[in-house]
Amino acid sequence: MYNFEFAKPATIGEAVSALSSEGAQALGGGQTLLPTMKQRLAAPETLVSLTGISEMKGVCLSDAGEVCVGGATTHATVAAEAAAHYPALAALAGRIGDPAVRNRGTIGGSLANNDPSACYPAAALASGATIKTNARDIAADDYFQGMFTTALDEGEIITEVRFPVPEKANYQKFLQPASRFALVGVFVAKYADGVRVAVTGASSDGVFRWTEAEEALNGSFTKDAIDALSPPDGDMIADLHGSAAYRAHLVKVLTGRAVAAAG
Amino acid sequence: MPKDHGIGARSKRREDVRFLTGTGHYTDDMAMQGQTYAVMVRSTVAHGKIVSIDTSEAAAMPGVLTIFTGEDFAEVGGNPAGWLIHSRDGSPMREPKRPVLAHGKVRHVGDAYAAVVAETYAQAKDAAEAVAAGTVIEELPAIVDLAAAVANADNRVHDEIPDNLCFDWGWIEDNREAVDAAMKSAEHVTVLELVNNRLVPNAMEPRSSIGEYHPASGEYKLTTTSQNPHLTKLLVCAFVLGIPEHKLTVVAPDVGGGFGSKIYHYGEEALVLAAAKKLGRPVRWTAERTESFLTDAHGRDHVTKIEVGAKKDGEIVAIRTTTLANVGAYLSNFSTATPTFLHGTLMAGPYKVPNVYVNLKAVFTNTAPVDAYRGAGRPEATYSLERAIDKMARELGLDPVEVRRKNLITPDMFPYTTPVALQYDTGNYQATLDKALEMADVAGFEARAAESKARGKLRGLGLSTWIEACGIAPSHLVGQLGSRVGLYDAATVRVSATGTIQVMTGAHSHGQGHETVFAQVVAEKLGIPEENVEIVHGDTSKIPFGMGSYGSRSLAVCGSAIDRAMDKIIDKGKKIAAHMLEASEGDITFENGSFAVAGTDKAKSFGEIAFSAYVPHNYPLETLEPGLEETAFYDPNNFTYPAGAYLCEVEVDPDTGSVDILSFTCADDFGNVMNPMVVEGQVHGGVVQGIGQAMIEHTAYDETGQLLTASYMDYAMPRADDVPMVTVDHSCATPCTHNPLGVKGCGEAGAIGSPPAVVNAVIDALQRGGYAHVTHIDMPLTPSRVWAAMRG
Ligand SMILES: Cc1cc2nc3c(=O)[nH]c(=O)nc-3n(C[C@H](O)[C@H](O)[C@H](O)COP(=O)(O)OP(=O)(O)OC[C@H]3O[C@@H](n4cnc5c(N)ncnc54)[C@H](O)[C@@H]3O)c2cc1C
Repeated sequence: MYNFEFAKPATIGEAVSALSSEGAQALGGGQTLLPTMKQRLAAPETLVSLTGISEMKGVCLSDAGEVCVGGATTHATVAAEAAAHYPALAALAGRIGDPAVRNRGTIGGSLANNDPSACYPAAALASGATIKTNARDIAADDYFQGMFTTALDEGEIITEVRFPVPEKANYQKFLQPASRFALVGVFVAKYADGVRVAVTGASSDGVFRWTEAEEALNGSFTKDAIDALSPPDGDMIADLHGSAAYRAHLVKVLTGRAVAAAG
Repeated sequence: MPKDHGIGARSKRREDVRFLTGTGHYTDDMAMQGQTYAVMVRSTVAHGKIVSIDTSEAAAMPGVLTIFTGEDFAEVGGNPAGWLIHSRDGSPMREPKRPVLAHGKVRHVGDAYAAVVAETYAQAKDAAEAVAAGTVIEELPAIVDLAAAVANADNRVHDEIPDNLCFDWGWIEDNREAVDAAMKSAEHVTVLELVNNRLVPNAMEPRSSIGEYHPASGEYKLTTTSQNPHLTKLLVCAFVLGIPEHKLTVVAPDVGGGFGSKIYHYGEEALVLAAAKKLGRPVRWTAERTESFLTDAHGRDHVTKIEVGAKKDGEIVAIRTTTLANVGAYLSNFSTATPTFLHGTLMAGPYKVPNVYVNLKAVFTNTAPVDAYRGAGRPEATYSLERAIDKMARELGLDPVEVRRKNLITPDMFPYTTPVALQYDTGNYQATLDKALEMADVAGFEARAAESKARGKLRGLGLSTWIEACGIAPSHLVGQLGSRVGLYDAATVRVSATGTIQVMTGAHSHGQGHETVFAQVVAEKLGIPEENVEIVHGDTSKIPFGMGSYGSRSLAVCGSAIDRAMDKIIDKGKKIAAHMLEASEGDITFENGSFAVAGTDKAKSFGEIAFSAYVPHNYPLETLEPGLEETAFYDPNNFTYPAGAYLCEVEVDPDTGSVDILSFTCADDFGNVMNPMVVEGQVHGGVVQGIGQAMIEHTAYDETGQLLTASYMDYAMPRADDVPMVTVDHSCATPCTHNPLGVKGCGEAGAIGSPPAVVNAVIDALQRGGYAHVTHIDMPLTPSRVWAAMRG
């Protein structure tokens, strides 16, 4: 690790101004950023911690009935506090990493990082969530722009994520044996106006919607509807842990399982 | 009532108090006055010519004290291989020099070619980056694939070694023709090609070393993560740096796991000593986890073809194996012994096979050195054999259990000499097999399989009947076979004036529990409380010259030395007692801590005798020296042969290829058991490592020699939820016939016997589930591989 300055602002405004300085970078739970710094692969001059900003922490319900998660809310908090409102989201948060990761890592950090194997991107995309930043609201469909790439501008902070609550939903995560990130993860959410299926871990373009499955499920929200499809083709990741064909196959199996589990 | 004390008691591991409360004392914990930090500069390419190293910029950086390059060690010795192997044609193996720092060429990713010592760790790291930036390395094509390495004579890991071949070994060469003939005339021949996957040992504590030099006395001290401090000392003094042996102390304090990887002497140990001498200050180095992945000696990595010739009824008539074994870029200390005398000699297994021949070529590649890792050679032999026998049974339409039963050596055949030169002293392989079948409720398997099927899952059962050889010995024999060291061990039993005891052992405990178990052995024999016994290990200035701990040898070899030293203590105690009790020595008995005159009530306690030895007022000084301290060196006259039967039950999810290990059952014969709880723990740990190898652990280099699995993001270690409850039994004991405790060793068994049981179970599940074309899958059996195999 190289030396750096450290700031811990108490408000979003202070954080935004701290981040406007040259070489400054936001720090959420540090679960991704700190290991990178320890390996000397990142060298921010100033770390601006977001975890002291109380308006960015916690889970609540909006008047419209959306689950609102503050950008600096830890996975453990989401697992506990979203359980009553959006069980599938809470269950997803409760299976990220290990207890240490869940008690440090934040939803904002996860979505900003947009790791192609991360879990939250699937939930946000399948829920048609709104990513709120200090500057604007971004629809999930516009937010994810390929692995490790998002619509965020330099210095822009995710302050909150709003999840419309579906009628039924389920997340199926198939573990990569070493990292235990998602080798493939599928989030299925059924809303009054349609079903959304988001897939993480599988594609080298990052999280994506499997639209054929959505159409089939709009016709009939059953596992059988999925069984009739062929796996998505897309640009599947191939690595030590699974071939492209295997990942595509898993997308289909897990989608079917998510539908069955969503009930 | 189970015993609560001494041999056989489930005494709690006393060392765990400090390990679990954070009060252990590991190398990296030791702060020293004036200490400095070393950082190694490592190659980022697998193979390259060092064109130039410009250290001037780094040398001028803040805090930098000194910089070493390979040039600085060009004149000193190299780190030798501990075992000389001869090829089939009689020629000695090729032994390239393994220098402290790479010189001329770098030969694997992570190969250190320079080292920086600075006032702080951060300064050393900064300067190491500058050295790397100032270095020009001309990249050469990497040699990674074993078959390509021997086929390609032009591309050489070591310029002087033409076909990258270290040796081409036949065991036993005299068997070759008979085996070929038996194979030719066999009614059935099963052929299996398999890979024993390369593993990274992953000790919890990374390697760490501190060098000190005291100019006034000319004495050096090396504090280091070692499984065998005396061996390290000998290597540093006699081979690498030429330090007079009496001027170096090596201390291996608490060591957080080794699994073999800390047997060996590594260049960093020599580096910190040389740097300490140059600077006159302590120099410390601790591996980062990535360095552990890149530079700890790896394990396994064999590519094998095994042929089993059999009669139609399953009787084995011949076994032949052909193996390419990866030794990596340099010969680590036991790298030549592991694939040969710890592997080829085991290829008969627990079976009465008349004809066995092993051919093994050891191959240099641009990868980290490969050496002994928990089990060392024996897991490779067991895996080949137990997989092939299962396949043979299936091909002949026979029950794998009955095929094994038919071939197992029977109890009346001991001592039994195998065609690959070992003499098994005792065993009862039928007993452990029957025990395992009963414990695992094999009779109820079909019902369980039907229940799985109803849930859409495929259930399978896998067996392995394994044997291993521990406590490698005797020294004169291993010497004839090429060993460059002796394989005895040593212990000093020091009785204090108040009757408490210190035992200085050559064995080193890095998780095994010696401090508890050795104390039980001493307490039992001397009739004193366990808490009055302290086990001292790891410091060459305190302990006698023993060979350390590996190969499941500590209790069988060092425990025997302790026992012999206690015999001497008791003999001397009898002389003292005879004098004090005015009786003749021949009439003195020793039992339950009391020296008594036979047939009388006259007696002296152990404590009274000890006191008299140090305060010799009423003492036979004319004929007997005062004091009560004895040392014994013990050189066993054979290996010990633990054996057992392992059963694994799995369920495969045909939709995803995931394997769930439902149960794992072990019936082991370890001879006499000193502490059942410790033995069970050793088996649990070994089985988990074996399941790790079978299911998820995998070390992968790409074709350019980059290690793809250099962190826990890609190298999977087994966690609690990857493994089932492991059921362990060791009641079928046949005590070792040639050591005083009747013990055989249990440290590696789990890692040896389990991988084939797991793989056999998965193949069984797939075969039963209708995937008849799947006769083998190479480890690790990740969901992706199982799924691909099912697809055909
Ligand atoms: C052992 C381990 C296991 C894990 N397993 C999983 C898993 O199974 N599934 C999974 O999804 N993830 C997993 N993770 C990742 C984890 O969820 C991290 O928490 C997450 O990736 C990053 O969140 P963070 O708060 O730690 O962000 P940090 O590491 O602090 O930051 C990550 C990036 O986001 C930026 N950033 C942080 N907060 C904000 C914000 N509010 N607005 C804008 N930018 C911001 C930072 O500048 C940085 O670029 C794992 C991590 C570890 C260490």
